[in-house]
Amino acid sequence: MAKFSKKRGKGTPAISTASLPDIIFMLLFFFMVATVMRDASLKINVNTPVATELTKIKDKSLVNNIYIGKPVAQYQNLYGTSPILQLGDKCVRKDAIEREIPLFLEQHKLKVPESRHPMIYSSIKADGKVTMGIIQDLKTALRKANQLKINYSAKPRAEG
Amino acid sequence: MAKNTRRMSNEINASSMADIAFLLLIFFLVTTTIAQDKGIQVLLPPWSEVEPDPTKLKSRNVFAVLVNADDQLLVRGELTDISALRERAKEFISNPTRREDLAEDPSKAIISLKNDRGTKYDTYVQVYNELKAAYEELWDEVSYRLYGREYDEDMPQAMKLAVRQEVPFVLSEAEPTNFGEEQ
Repeated sequence: MAKFSKKRGKGTPAISTASLPDIIFMLLFFFMVATVMRDASLKINVNTPVATELTKIKDKSLVNNIYIGKPVAQYQNLYGTSPILQLGDKCVRKDAIEREIPLFLEQHKLKVPESRHPMIYSSIKADGKVTMGIIQDLKTALRKANQLKINYSAKPRAEG
Repeated sequence: MAKNTRRMSNEINASSMADIAFLLLIFFLVTTTIAQDKGIQVLLPPWSEVEPDPTKLKSRNVFAVLVNADDQLLVRGELTDISALRERAKEFISNPTRREDLAEDPSKAIISLKNDRGTKYDTYVQVYNELKAAYEELWDEVSYRLYGREYDEDMPQAMKLAVRQEVPFVLSEAEPTNFGEEQ
């Protein structure tokens, strides 16, 4: 019996787990910071163009995103292959832009305090291959809805 | 007693682990760039049902940029490559040699952009970007002359206004033509 307990005492001590919470918290913080929340999953392909004269979008709650592009393969039998708009999680065909844009803007305005309404702007995230026709229709609809502040979303270009 | 101290030294001292963890955390916090939304800011003109008056402008003050459905540029009647657009626009607005055919004054210069419904969005953004870049460079020059610093968004509002009063950003977009094929 004495032999037994002696053997157990000589074994290597357990690895300290005191720092485990720290590591877990570190990972937690890292992912909290690095994760970008996406409010809707995209049903269309969007590859924004590159540009140099960019302005940062400061307050995300003031921005409504309008995506334009061709539907991804799994939605092509539903929406066709020509470019469409995506507002939130709703897909809008070109001929319905004029009707849907004011609705979408109003829905977004409800989430913003009234004093900040003039600061709202629309971020147009359009695929580079889309032609200007649909963009022009969107611009006209935005102008009619009196949403004049817009932002053509683009990727920064590395320039020396 | 000697046996006891030997056993103690087997255990790794973990008290500095938390410090290391925090150091790593801070390192990642500082170095990670969160995917940020960036874009070209544009202010659209308000909608009006009435057709705008064809205001008479001196042709020397208008810098007309036309983009066709094949993504080619026509700048003041000449076929131009996009890489030359920025320099041409800058020369037009500032008119350093006081040429007769360029803008009388930066405050009178008007850039008119017209595209086709078949123009690629990518090309449109590139053209808009070049024209905006021309203005940004001119603002930098004015800002250096007046305040000895670069023009940026963080400078005092009064300085920004003064710079932009000297070289106002006037870009008018015409209704697009409808010749090209839309996708």
